[in-house]
Amino acid sequence: MTSRVGVVTFPGSLDDKDAARAIRIAGGLAVPLWHADADLHSVDAIVLPGGFSYGDYLRCGAIAKFAPVMEKLVDAANGGMPILGICNGFQILTESHLLPGALTRNDHLHFICRDQKLRIENNTSAWTGDFEIGQEILIPLKNGEGGYVADEKTLDELEAEGRVIARYLDLNPNGSRRDIAGITNARGNVVGIMPHPEHAVEKLTGPTTDGLGFFTSLLKSLVNDGAISV
Amino acid sequence: MATVVVNVALKPEILDPQGRAVSGALGRLGLTGITDVRQGKQFVLTLDGEVDSAKQTEIEKIAETLLSNPVIEDFTIEIYP
Amino acid sequence: MSIDTVTAASATPDTAQPFAELGLKADEYQSIREILDRRPTSSELAMYSVMWSEHCSYKSSKVHLRQFGDKVPKNDSMLVGIGENAGVVDIGHGWAVTFKVESHNHPSYVEPYQGAATGIGGIVRDIISMGARPVAVMDPLRFGDPENPDTRRVLTGIVSGIGGYGNCLGLPNIGGEIVFDPSYQGNPLVNALCVGTMKHKDIHLAKASGIGNAVILYGARTGGDGIGGVSILASETFDADGPAKRPSVQVGDPFMEKLLIECTLEVLHAGLVEGIQDLGGAGISCATSELASNGEGGMHVWLDRVLLRDSTLSPEEILMSESQERMCAVVEPGKIDAFMAVCQKWDVEAVVIGEVNNSGRLTVQWHGQEIVNVPPRSVAHDGPVYERPFARPDWMDIRQASGPESLARPTTAAQVRQTWLTMTGTPNLASKSWVTSQFDRYVMGNTVLAQPEDSGMIRVDEATGLGVAISTDCNARFAALDPYKGAQLAFAESYRNVAVTGAAPLAVTNCLNFGSPEDPAVMWQFEQAVTGLADACLEMGTPVTGGNVSFYNQTGDVAIHPTPVIGVLGVIDDVERRTPMAWKKDGELIYLLGTTRDELAGSEWAHAIHKHLGGLPPVLDLSAERTLAEILVAGSRDGFFSAAHDVSDGGIAQTLIEMAMRSGIGARVAVPAELDAFVFLWSESATRAVVAVSPNRNDEFLAMCAAKSFPVTEIGVVDSSSSSVELNGVFGETISLNIEELRSISEATLPRLFG
Repeated sequence: MTSRVGVVTFPGSLDDKDAARAIRIAGGLAVPLWHADADLHSVDAIVLPGGFSYGDYLRCGAIAKFAPVMEKLVDAANGGMPILGICNGFQILTESHLLPGALTRNDHLHFICRDQKLRIENNTSAWTGDFEIGQEILIPLKNGEGGYVADEKTLDELEAEGRVIARYLDLNPNGSRRDIAGITNARGNVVGIMPHPEHAVEKLTGPTTDGLGFFTSLLKSLVNDGAISV
Repeated sequence: MATVVVNVALKPEILDPQGRAVSGALGRLGLTGITDVRQGKQFVLTLDGEVDSAKQTEIEKIAETLLSNPVIEDFTIEIYP
Repeated sequence: MSIDTVTAASATPDTAQPFAELGLKADEYQSIREILDRRPTSSELAMYSVMWSEHCSYKSSKVHLRQFGDKVPKNDSMLVGIGENAGVVDIGHGWAVTFKVESHNHPSYVEPYQGAATGIGGIVRDIISMGARPVAVMDPLRFGDPENPDTRRVLTGIVSGIGGYGNCLGLPNIGGEIVFDPSYQGNPLVNALCVGTMKHKDIHLAKASGIGNAVILYGARTGGDGIGGVSILASETFDADGPAKRPSVQVGDPFMEKLLIECTLEVLHAGLVEGIQDLGGAGISCATSELASNGEGGMHVWLDRVLLRDSTLSPEEILMSESQERMCAVVEPGKIDAFMAVCQKWDVEAVVIGEVNNSGRLTVQWHGQEIVNVPPRSVAHDGPVYERPFARPDWMDIRQASGPESLARPTTAAQVRQTWLTMTGTPNLASKSWVTSQFDRYVMGNTVLAQPEDSGMIRVDEATGLGVAISTDCNARFAALDPYKGAQLAFAESYRNVAVTGAAPLAVTNCLNFGSPEDPAVMWQFEQAVTGLADACLEMGTPVTGGNVSFYNQTGDVAIHPTPVIGVLGVIDDVERRTPMAWKKDGELIYLLGTTRDELAGSEWAHAIHKHLGGLPPVLDLSAERTLAEILVAGSRDGFFSAAHDVSDGGIAQTLIEMAMRSGIGARVAVPAELDAFVFLWSESATRAVVAVSPNRNDEFLAMCAAKSFPVTEIGVVDSSSSSVELNGVFGETISLNIEELRSISEATLPRLFG
């Protein structure tokens, strides 16, 4: 049976269809979830996609966190459901306190769209099992508010517990502390990442297909965790 | 009728690139003696009736959960009258 | 204050009215009086003033633009021709594409961020009003001297505005241009192109048909933005003191526009609308008069129902407001509830403001009183038509006679090498990635090619790989030397840029940026450019589907260079087989297609090194251009090319280094025996491209060129052991340029100037 992976659309979400495409290519079934619908429709995992939910007004992700679907999502996350927040999705996860820290304005004040090299540093999370530790990948990055910040204590904790899942290589594109590009929670089911794996799943349109690993990892972890009977 | 002003500012330890850009611009405009600029936000809420202590608690909650992100921001509240 | 009603106007024929302040000329005011058989009310005056402005009515350009219709080539792909919001072209498999380019020049000088942002907003709404989903944007931009501090103010604001609006909307930015020339110092050009896709059955036109149908205004609330923007800003020149006209600039909200896109597409696909129109220049005046003109011919509007952001607005102001992110739909009474439900889902406000009738009049009521009663066609279509005088100015003879022959050229290998390095870093040729990396190119996941590639290419159909390619081009220096030829050369360049990526050119849009139409010399430039473009499109079989005219781009007496920006759209059956610009493998053979002549007039070399503009632009043989395109498209389809790149600004020198920098792989090239090294490198002869051919397809490629009698010269080979571009035959010597050194020169210029 094919895994059901929800993709939430908020007003202003932009990369929801791309997330759905990535899920499809990886072999899953993408299930559209509407922000105003407090129903997760029996999905096995959820992607919070990139974009400008609510125009990024107030703060990125700040208004989205109060959407009806989010209450159900937070409960599910606390119960172990795999959640991937990409870019704006990462911002929503920190605003919802499912992940620590916050995302702030890029230090150089410009929006930046570039193909970004990353090093994967954790392959035990639900979304990174298919990678090797130290593996370098190249996926697109595009944001104006991507600077990851947290207090020193939190940063030390993340490092000590191996919860930094990816780090920027060659160039820190936004001033993120300790070059952090993505993190996971203690349980390893909730992952937030600033760059966009869903834009690196087809040779035709992406710099590589390195992004597919996030989605194949998820599908495998669902099978392994017994959430799906094959 | 009452007015509540909520001022939100980045915590001192958070990098403020916008404040820094403004600071640079002030320098280029020839203003000397300004050693730092921090950029924040101001919310002006207009309410019916007056702000009793219950209302004040409510507003503080709103300031903490919606208007600011306590991970990176602090806020102050001023109530008029 | 009492409202100026129709009744009051009939009773007070001698009331003085401020028509001149609103931008109307005395004879135009008289025409209005004749049409109405009384003086206009102040609301009617407001409507006519915005709708009869140059920007909206095209009064100075109509007589010439007619050529696009008169000389339209037979083309079965045209589903909607010129005259609608945007042209629609059939691309096969039931898919259609609509595209258009528009200008937002004057607001972008006054308030660069919002001017550029709202320029995108406007063109995107034009596209959705045709029933299409917008899928990409491109921005041809032109600025003044890069070293002038005001250029920094304008450029950084415009780039932020394009990114701020386009990125939030979720439209990939896939191409465009950034050109610097002192002629644009006080008049930057911000042209915005949008392309949208739809299935044939989704095509919608802007008409109000069906008596009793409701006219619904939806989107953002109406405020005081941009009042008189078209009549005052876009239809007058600036004076030398600069941007004093501040209040007329509109402010955009890209989040609202994103909601508007989704809401509009949903009501269209659900079959809930009969007609649709976006509100752009001249706001409600435009939408209601155009919808009424195109349908049954009559409409009644209750203006007090318009949702306002500012309750102090007068009816005149409401009619003239250019508040952004608003659309107008015509909906059958039985479908109104369903329409409103979709709006509510997307949190978009909507209100019924009018009703279609067959009265033949557009009537507007304000709190029960009639303030407008006009024949809609008189407002929207039958505005004044001017036959402005035009005459070739005497100084053209001097300009054309002062060619670049006497300009000092490099005569040694060392000088050539130094010139090459200098040209690499000159602002017009330098890398634009500092700008383009501020735009999202990935959103929607269908971008196959984006800048710096020759055309932007979008996959339209995931199932078949069907795609479209678009390019926008204009060498305004060529147009300054000869506007007729210059327009044709701009068209040829855009046509070639589409073909070089493997797509077959199909249709044309244009954004014609010129000085004041009240100057006969400018009017001559315009007439020549339009004629040149119409003639070329007819010969090449690619119709003009629509476009935009921007006049009054001048400060005081000094007009900009005539700048006819031409956009060409092409189709490719399968985007997988597109031809990018970076060569790939060791041993690929590098060929120059086309003929190189000593043609340096109007070239980037003459401009950058000598600040010279004079002579005649390069010759253009349109049938040769067509043959070149056939070779490029066929060669792409048959898989001959690993890379292809057109030759234009900066000549072959620029083409070669761009291909090398893009690939990171070196090449060994030789100057053909019959050519002087300098001419080989920097001539800007038209109808040329450089291609890299796999050795095992070489014979077939040459056979194809021979069969078409098209000149082709082998000039080099890709060398993966080299990290340089090496050129033999440079005044007896070989010179070499390291690719990474070229890259750092090229990428340093824009950040140094604007970062």
